[in-house]
Amino acid sequence: MKLSNTLRSVLIAVPVMTLMACTSGPSEEELAAERNRIAAEQAAAQKAAEEANAQRVQAEAAARLQRAEEVVKQEREALQAEQTVYFDFDRSTIRAEFYATLDKHAAFLVKHSDQSVVIQGHTDSRGTPEYNIALGERRAQAVETYLLNAGVSASQISVVSFGEEKPAVSGASEYAFAQNRRAVVVY
Amino acid sequence: MKRFWLSLFCLINAVLSAYSQAQLNIIITEGVDNATPIAVVPFKFEGEGFFPGEITDVVIADLRRSGKFNPVSMAQMPQFPNTDSEVDYDTWVDKGINTIVVGSVTEIGPKRYRIDYELIDTLRGSQMALEGQSLRDGQLVQSRTHVIAARSLTVSGSEFRQFAHRIADVIYEKLTGQKGAFLTRIAYVVVKDRNTDPRPYQLVVSDYDGENAFRLLSSDEPLMSPSWSPDGEKLAYVSFENGRPQIFIQDIYTTQRVKLTDFPGINGAPRFSPDGKQLAMVLSKDGNPEIYVMDIATRKLTRVTRHRAIDTEPAWSPDGQSLIFSSERGGKAQIYRVNLSNKRVKRLTFEGEMNLGGTISPDGRELVLVNRTQGNYHIARQNLQDGALQVLTTTYLDESPSLAPNGSMIIYSALHEGQQVLSLVSLDGRFKARLPAVEGQIKAPSWSPFLM
Repeated sequence: MKLSNTLRSVLIAVPVMTLMACTSGPSEEELAAERNRIAAEQAAAQKAAEEANAQRVQAEAAARLQRAEEVVKQEREALQAEQTVYFDFDRSTIRAEFYATLDKHAAFLVKHSDQSVVIQGHTDSRGTPEYNIALGERRAQAVETYLLNAGVSASQISVVSFGEEKPAVSGASEYAFAQNRRAVVVY
Repeated sequence: MKRFWLSLFCLINAVLSAYSQAQLNIIITEGVDNATPIAVVPFKFEGEGFFPGEITDVVIADLRRSGKFNPVSMAQMPQFPNTDSEVDYDTWVDKGINTIVVGSVTEIGPKRYRIDYELIDTLRGSQMALEGQSLRDGQLVQSRTHVIAARSLTVSGSEFRQFAHRIADVIYEKLTGQKGAFLTRIAYVVVKDRNTDPRPYQLVVSDYDGENAFRLLSSDEPLMSPSWSPDGEKLAYVSFENGRPQIFIQDIYTTQRVKLTDFPGINGAPRFSPDGKQLAMVLSKDGNPEIYVMDIATRKLTRVTRHRAIDTEPAWSPDGQSLIFSSERGGKAQIYRVNLSNKRVKRLTFEGEMNLGGTISPDGRELVLVNRTQGNYHIARQNLQDGALQVLTTTYLDESPSLAPNGSMIIYSALHEGQQVLSLVSLDGRFKARLPAVEGQIKAPSWSPFLM
């Protein structure tokens, strides 16, 4: 099939004209928009990177805190394994063998001022319940005084006496009596 | 909001309060040889259906437990009269039974009964019969002076035990001159096994003989020192339910309660004043245990003692003018008295290594306490005039003595075969009995005042 000359020239002219239009170059507005777009992309990327970084830092901090808390918890749990101080019959003076234990509690409480303890005072079943409440309080206070002297803040310590009401070992043997005459440091 | 919590508490309490199965069967461990023989003849029942209660059994048990009477068995009774007119005095006198109780129960309506009873001096009756013969032709004056008491009362079916105690009270008072304390109650603390019972600490109220026991409160933390109000309607006690000791007052009928104190440190040993308006207590809020008196209506607190040694266990003198308390101000704990108007303190006890838990008898003459001598803790009494101390018990680790309102008996807690049980001892130390625990440790008994 033979195209007419006119049609042929049109078919050539249209693309050429189009090409000519392109090669005349982008306008100022178009260039500005393009720069903005690139800048925005860069900014977004930068922001994402920063966020990722922050998240990583945060996660690391949390992990560090958790590790620290775990260390505190482990220290505390270690202390909880030796939380009891035993007393002689009718006495509320702390025997020298328990100084080391109480020193550990004191060191922990001084280092961690956000930690607090309740010191529970107990007695054996001899004597009247009301007198034993008083005796149990004196034992708990003896431990409190020891910790205060070791630098622990008073706000970290509270004291409660249960007297003879919560024996650790039931019965009326000398062994039970000895086990029940105690002060317990409770976190 | 406060009302909400109160009503919530009351609801929980109502649900938790359950009649305890435990009964305290009293075992007499030391009787009195010269107790007066008395015969309580089984009462006759007139009516349809079943005799609703064992009145005479309760009367007999009460009289025996007083240590002052020796009720004879039915086998020893020569006859079974139900009124004075049926009594053959001589047959009783021949058996050496000079006092008898006769009576009858008549059904007068649905669950309504009339109890008639007479307390008869058979010896006097026998003499009167002789005198009556000599006066056969003289003036016929019907004398009934041999009838020591004759009463008639109407009761409903559920109150039988209560009225039996009341009959025993009348008999006791007529024969001893001292008011009977059988129509009374005790409050005590039961401690069950912590491993099996989530609320092992229980405050229980029962008749003085352990019957009709009901739980007023159960807790997972200790309960201590129940003490009756003088009207017999409330108990003050210490509860650790909030992790620290607080003093509560609870109405035993409505079960409503108020928290009276929540001071730092010890809140302990509450004791109602004889007029019921004040509460003596121990507080250590200022560093060490001191005696205080709180006006219950205004909550105004008055400090009574001021000493760096332990002061605890306040108890009122019957006139309400002074308190006795235990103190270590002289070294080991001893009992002191403080005059509430001038705060002057006087030491009362000197014998033994320690004296604790003092309480004054209703007549104000005797001091009942826990004495420690050579390491043994026993209930003892000390005459407040001459200061003579008499150890009353031979049980182990005695504590918490509480006197019957007529001063005749002391209930206390002691260790028996590894278990804390309640025990009774008469004020003269001659009669002793034990109330064995069915389950758990039983401690801190408190005897009620006379009840209406």
